[in-house]
Amino acid sequence: MTDAIIEIADISKAFPGGVRAVDAVSLSIREGEFFALLGPSGCGKTTLLRMIAGFETPTEGAIRIDGVDMAGTAPNRRPVNMVFQSYAVFPHMSVAENVAYGLKMDGVAKPEMARRVEDALALVRLDGFDGRKPDQLSGGQRQRVALARALVKRPRVLLLDEPLSALDAKLREAMQLELVNLQKSVGITFVVVTHDQDEALSMADRIAVMETGQVRQLAPPAELYEHPNSRFVAEFIGKMNVIEATASDGVLTGPGLGVIARAPDLGDGPASVALRPEKIRLNMAPTPALGKDEAEIEGTVTTVSYHGAESHIYVDAGEGVLLSATVQNAERDAAHRVKRGDRARLCWRLADALVLKE
Amino acid sequence: MESWRSTPRVFWAVFSAPSFWLVAFFLIPLSLIWAYSFGEKTGIIDIAVTGTLDNYIRAFEPVYLQIFTKSLWIATLSTLICLAVGLPVALTIVYAPPKAKPWLLLLVILPFWTNLLIRTYALIAVLRTRGYVNFGLEWLYDQASWLFQIVGLGGLGAAILGERFEPVEILYNNGAVLIGLVYVHLPFMVLPLYAALERLDRSYLEASLDLGAGQFQTFWRVIVPLAMPGIVSGLIITFIPTLGSFLTPDLLGGPDSTMIANIIERQFKSANDWPFGSALSFMLMYLTFGALALRAFLGRGRSSGLEA
Repeated sequence: MTDAIIEIADISKAFPGGVRAVDAVSLSIREGEFFALLGPSGCGKTTLLRMIAGFETPTEGAIRIDGVDMAGTAPNRRPVNMVFQSYAVFPHMSVAENVAYGLKMDGVAKPEMARRVEDALALVRLDGFDGRKPDQLSGGQRQRVALARALVKRPRVLLLDEPLSALDAKLREAMQLELVNLQKSVGITFVVVTHDQDEALSMADRIAVMETGQVRQLAPPAELYEHPNSRFVAEFIGKMNVIEATASDGVLTGPGLGVIARAPDLGDGPASVALRPEKIRLNMAPTPALGKDEAEIEGTVTTVSYHGAESHIYVDAGEGVLLSATVQNAERDAAHRVKRGDRARLCWRLADALVLKE
Repeated sequence: MESWRSTPRVFWAVFSAPSFWLVAFFLIPLSLIWAYSFGEKTGIIDIAVTGTLDNYIRAFEPVYLQIFTKSLWIATLSTLICLAVGLPVALTIVYAPPKAKPWLLLLVILPFWTNLLIRTYALIAVLRTRGYVNFGLEWLYDQASWLFQIVGLGGLGAAILGERFEPVEILYNNGAVLIGLVYVHLPFMVLPLYAALERLDRSYLEASLDLGAGQFQTFWRVIVPLAMPGIVSGLIITFIPTLGSFLTPDLLGGPDSTMIANIIERQFKSANDWPFGSALSFMLMYLTFGALALRAFLGRGRSSGLEA
């Protein structure tokens, strides 16, 4: 890959006590992309980000930024800047002083500094906040200061550590959009660490899903969602029904359910079948003509949970199989047609069922 | 407060003992001293409180003003040395591995477990002419002159180093008082600095480094301003006892190292002039109040600066 801006080669980080926070990770981040490191807490994503920034030293492996090996390069000499989870906006400096701090350290001349600070504040829509102190700002505004302070240095890569976790839900959604627009307009590579799969899916061009220090899958959001390569990724990204099935002669049968998926190349034996809830149709009456490539099971509705635009219907199909189906509430009062205790049929196209070997 | 008023019995049960203690052993003696400071001696042990201001007027005589100035000067200098030494010590403890931290803190407060008098005599044993500092220097002298002998430049060695080792006079002068005051009061500086630095969010330091600042810039532009409340507290609680110390200048100082507390002690003991000693004591207290007022004033300036 020629347009890689960050190349991470076989990097590991072992902390005293033997915990391997990052375990032989290799990946490359492309110039200009919005890259997300996604995983549950303790998966090593923040350690990886801090190694790129230079705050942690890798135990093994190398990080190259723009083709230059960063081993031994102090954080203040790296062409990257970071937005901290706590924002770390200096409380004893005004907004303008905070944004100017990095430029002052680089010895930028006064007039140019003033112009760049003004531009950076305009970029994050904080014009006129120059003289304010951080304790007079809301959480969202403080984050913008942290963004402006990092972007004003025109880094090759901007690193963001859980940038939205401290904001409330409404603001978070607005900032997701804003971060994406900001990234597209400045054209700087963004690497964001998040534990929120929704955030990663909606913002990133590519996502690396991490677990126990290793990258499980690296793919664009849609591919990650539609073609997860493991049970961990399938269950971590979005909601997923997983049925323990048995494969034989290229078809998979669930416990007492008949054919639920097809996998011609799969050898005989146990396997998991994964189904997204929105790919399951809910029929109250028997399906008149079930297609050849469709599966259907019958069960009892155990829970109807209402979420406004959609409802999640949980159906017990017996033998310990509990499936959830998402129903769009496109019509008024649609959700009220299904009640707890109703008999219902769940139906899906065999091609929509994923077969996971693990 | 409201709940105390509704349960007076609980209030008195809790507060009567400490209130009695404060009144009997602090307020009453202090009031007595205050009254004496406006009195004059009428006999060997008789004092008549006449409302005279003579004692205070005498306190402004040049000889006493000079000692006040000198005490202020020595207290200020040793407080600043404490800051210069204490800040690196506090930073080292804050950034030490978690397991080492309690032990390092213990080392800082360990001197408190020993009586001040004993510690001061120990310091004398270190600093005196036949003390450990001079033993060390003598050893260095011997090595150096031996080296000169070996290369056959014995004469040159004697010319540079002197014919024989001359012990350095460290004890019984102002320098010894400074060393002693810094040694005794260093924990008072290190502990508030440690508390302030420990509270400091490390991401501020990382942000500073990330934005291109070096360690030195980060120290001056981020650590020092953010630790300023702790630095001011440390300065104040070091300065006040330093200004009033009398044991250290008494034991380590020379004839010209007298501090104001030594003069006060002399008035109450050998000079037997309690009224004048009382006036001097209150002068010292007013100076201390001045330092506290300065602190409050500076603190107010800083917080209003944050709001503006």
